[in-house]
Amino acid sequence: MTRIDAKFAELHTAGKKAFVAYVMAGDPNYNTSLEIVRGLPAAGVDIIELGIPFTDPMADGPTIQLAGQRALEAGQTLEKTLQIAREFRKTDDATPIVLMGYYNPIYSRGVDRFLKDAVAAGIDGLIIVDLPPEEDSELCIPAKAAGINFIRLATPTTDDKRLPKVLQNTSGFVYYVSITGITGAAAAQAVDVAPEVARIKSKTDLPVIVGFGVRTPDTAQEIAAVADGTVVGSAIVERIANGDSPVDVLAFVKSLADGAHRA
Amino acid sequence: MPDDILNSFMTGPDENGRFGDFGGRFVSETLMPLILELEAQYEHAKTDETFWAQMHDLWTHYVGRPSPLYYAERLTQHLGGAKIYLKRDELNHTGAHKINNVLGQIILARRMGKTRIIAETGAGQHGVATATVCAKFGLKCVVYMGAHDVERQAPNVFRMKLLGAEVIPVTSGRGTLKDAMNDALRDWVTNVHDTFYCIGTVAGPHPYPAMVRDFQAIIGKEAKEQMQAAEGRLPDTIIAAIGGGSNAMGLFFPFLDDTDVNIIGVEAGGKGVNSKMEHCASLTGGRPGVLHGNRTYLLQDDDGQILEGFSISAGLDYPGIGPEHAWLHEIGRAQYVSITDLEALEAFQLSCELEGIIPALEPSHALAHVMKIAPELPKDHLIIMNMCGRGDKDIFTVARALGFEMGSF
Repeated sequence: MTRIDAKFAELHTAGKKAFVAYVMAGDPNYNTSLEIVRGLPAAGVDIIELGIPFTDPMADGPTIQLAGQRALEAGQTLEKTLQIAREFRKTDDATPIVLMGYYNPIYSRGVDRFLKDAVAAGIDGLIIVDLPPEEDSELCIPAKAAGINFIRLATPTTDDKRLPKVLQNTSGFVYYVSITGITGAAAAQAVDVAPEVARIKSKTDLPVIVGFGVRTPDTAQEIAAVADGTVVGSAIVERIANGDSPVDVLAFVKSLADGAHRA
Repeated sequence: MPDDILNSFMTGPDENGRFGDFGGRFVSETLMPLILELEAQYEHAKTDETFWAQMHDLWTHYVGRPSPLYYAERLTQHLGGAKIYLKRDELNHTGAHKINNVLGQIILARRMGKTRIIAETGAGQHGVATATVCAKFGLKCVVYMGAHDVERQAPNVFRMKLLGAEVIPVTSGRGTLKDAMNDALRDWVTNVHDTFYCIGTVAGPHPYPAMVRDFQAIIGKEAKEQMQAAEGRLPDTIIAAIGGGSNAMGLFFPFLDDTDVNIIGVEAGGKGVNSKMEHCASLTGGRPGVLHGNRTYLLQDDDGQILEGFSISAGLDYPGIGPEHAWLHEIGRAQYVSITDLEALEAFQLSCELEGIIPALEPSHALAHVMKIAPELPKDHLIIMNMCGRGDKDIFTVARALGFEMGSF
């Protein structure tokens, strides 16, 4: 059982929905980023999604693109992203950390070396946007063997015929992308999301978490109500981009978490 | 498996879109169903006679194919060695090889019921070709172009606008071809239901590298027949410039199994491949990585972050290369070299002065390599160089580089 499985079991027992927060590792710099990440559990975050900065984030809108640029300009590397996890684990051994990003920085480091380092750093899951099931042999299968959950994105274009393939090697949870589009774009509508979540849940026992287009406490509540939880990314990253202090960023995160937990 | 298949270089990619370890389908889930549908459509079209009849009709009457294979007599005499032929794809409608491929993709898009076409462009040649074919078929066209390229390729921007396309300047990154491709992919993910992404080179997720190659292979097929008619045999060396590598793959592919034919791809060496990555020579100066849907050689740092290339030629200014080239490089079937901006500029001028052909900066790189090797080769050595584009779009860039002020003549 990974930390992710344990967290969902705990939430299930408590009758609560999961709130997942995304921040870009190293944004706006290493120290501030570490401070924010450390404060997330106390702000009500159940699972931390830590973005791996990449020069060419093809599925991300301007907010996450710029966050990655800020982090890279401040000297963030994949090694330093793992370092944030290692530092975090010194004081928190329960909150799951999921790394989210693109394949090339991992491929560049070498998959075996990366997985060994990720396990040692206390990473629990991976969401790699540009690795569809067709490329499972690259990282998904080795990650599973290393005891790391490989969390797959399902999208509005994933039809019933394709869904089993998407679910096949997925573990931890399923991340349902609520819109066809990039991060931070159109607003998600609970009325559209509900039947899609039901469709996915009819094919898997894994929790289904909904992200993309969730920006406010109210939306977080509405979306979490029709799923097992929700993810907010761009709206949090915008606060960091505005230069909000970690305290203010975490206060905003708490308002989102409270919204999701009301569901 | 029969020997002739084992011994062929022309059977790739495999069912997973791989050329050896290169290629593949590294895209987000949102795009995956569409890419599989495109693959099915293309597999069907490949053996559909009506599809190819339509292609040939348009190639003949709209593009002006076959393009001539021209014996460059004065260039040959000047260099004093190998006999040099130019494959004149710069004479195509819209001024480059790009339209060969665009026609194929637009016909497929129409078959798939897509009404909106998006494209990325560097030098603007692929954007112009896409805008042209969209105008002809009455399709909405949106072209993503790096803001830096919009500036240095202004004539092509105006052409696209005249043709009814919307040109979106891309300011992310350094505002060149790579960044334009990122934004085109973001558009595609957002508008996946009605939109077809017309990729301009032999890169991207499978089936694009194979599909674009197949549409461009008309260049090599014609060249082979034309050389047979002119000299009664195969060429000894074929040469083409490479950014993503579509004109080169188009020329090379029909010759891959003619193992006596030397194949040379010329990358953009910018300010020189040794000087701090100020170049676009992915094979000479990069290493394998994953970007824009495929595994190939990339310019990247130790952390796997993609580096911006540098070249005087906007059409070669890309930090990657088509996966089939990466494979041909690794197995040694083709040789890849690089040419600097200065060498390309010299070749540009020589072509103008000796042959009355103003070449684009892209094939000027190929010509610069011809200038290096031809003098040392015997007079019966036959070279085909792909003159893949004309230089009208580049005259402002060249004027600046040579220190001319336009309007002061």
